[in-house]
Amino acid sequence: MTHAPHSEVAQHVADSATDHADSGVFPPFDPTYFASQLFWLAIFFVILYVALDRFILPKIKTTIEDRRDRIADDLDAAAQAKADAEAAGEAYEKSLAEARAKAHGIAADTRKALDAEIAKETAGVEAELATKQEHAEAAIRKAKDKAFAEVRGIATTATSAAVAALAGVEISEADAGKTVDGLLKAKEA
Amino acid sequence: MADTNPIKQFEVHEVFPFEAFGLNLAFTNSSFFMMLTAVLTIVLFAVAMSSRALVPNRAQSVAEIIYGFVADMVRSTAGQEGLRFFPFVFTLFIFILVANMLGMFPYFPAPGAHSFTITSHLIVTVALAMLVWLTVIVYGVFKNGAKFLRIFVPSGVPIFILPFVTLIEIISFVSRPISHSVRLFANMLAGHILLKVFAGFIVMMAAGSASMGWGELPGYLAGIFPFAMTLGLTALEFLVAFLQAYVFAILTCIYLNDALHPGH
Repeated sequence: MTHAPHSEVAQHVADSATDHADSGVFPPFDPTYFASQLFWLAIFFVILYVALDRFILPKIKTTIEDRRDRIADDLDAAAQAKADAEAAGEAYEKSLAEARAKAHGIAADTRKALDAEIAKETAGVEAELATKQEHAEAAIRKAKDKAFAEVRGIATTATSAAVAALAGVEISEADAGKTVDGLLKAKEA
Repeated sequence: MADTNPIKQFEVHEVFPFEAFGLNLAFTNSSFFMMLTAVLTIVLFAVAMSSRALVPNRAQSVAEIIYGFVADMVRSTAGQEGLRFFPFVFTLFIFILVANMLGMFPYFPAPGAHSFTITSHLIVTVALAMLVWLTVIVYGVFKNGAKFLRIFVPSGVPIFILPFVTLIEIISFVSRPISHSVRLFANMLAGHILLKVFAGFIVMMAAGSASMGWGELPGYLAGIFPFAMTLGLTALEFLVAFLQAYVFAILTCIYLNDALHPGH
């Protein structure tokens, strides 16, 4: 403690006390410890700077960045999952529409096939009916013709018999036939 | 006996004598608080960041908030290139902040048995301010060369007042370490003196009433008023302790911005 300049009076005070600060100088302006304060400030400030710069700040930096990356990754994964789900939904919709279209096709084909079969059967039955009708009509016509022919024979015989009975005149069969034909013709007209 | 001297808190006590180069470099209570500031900061941050959890706990959260606070401050005032000085600004900010906060203890198990605010000593704040100022000059010249002188010549000033403005800019640049250091020093010094003066009133009132022959009790009862004042001032001083660390750091960023972008 020999380096601080003391006045005669202050020396007495300093002798009785142990501190330089008691020498009467306002402590923050006391130059006694300026060198000491600068020296230790430099040491501890540099220690703090190195510790922060080398170890602590990079650690905080990587922690914050890791978290940011992790959140970004998770968001990406979520977006990917959403896209996948949407794609799956679209595929489902598509296959559903396809199945529906296919079902429609099958129904239409079936209907067409049934229609064709029905038409074919109907045509067969109609054709059969037509031939049967034709046969029946032919038989009727034949029977009718035969009946008419028989009617003429009967009429001729009846005519000649009537003539013989009424007039007593014997007429030939041919004349009787002629008359009958003429009457028939007149009736038809 | 209670000591009501409000200046006593600024006293420096030697702990270990140490001399080198003919200088008294003794380890003092000031050195002790510098050591405590550095060690406490390192230990607290190391513990806070020990788990490095994805979801941070409270301590880690605080460490990350301080990191983000300083990083935003550097980025907003000195730009993206300013982040090269981020560790420097962070160290200054946290060093001053922790030192100011340690100074808020009324008593402390430290040499001299009192708390000590290292930023209440002008030599310390001058050293920090000079460190910033010299960093600005050295980096500014290193990065910009002669263009660094453009910080004295603002653009868009009419030519006939330019010499005057340049003179003012030079004066303002030279006085930066003074204003930078005195602002922090004076705030801490004045605040701490005020705190101890009001706290001392409580003891003085008790002694006063005892000397009047009324006993100490009326003095202590009246002491409720200076005590309320001390309480309020303590809250204010916590604000000042944080604010001055913030102001010192943001001014550092603004000055570093000059070194990075001298043209304005």
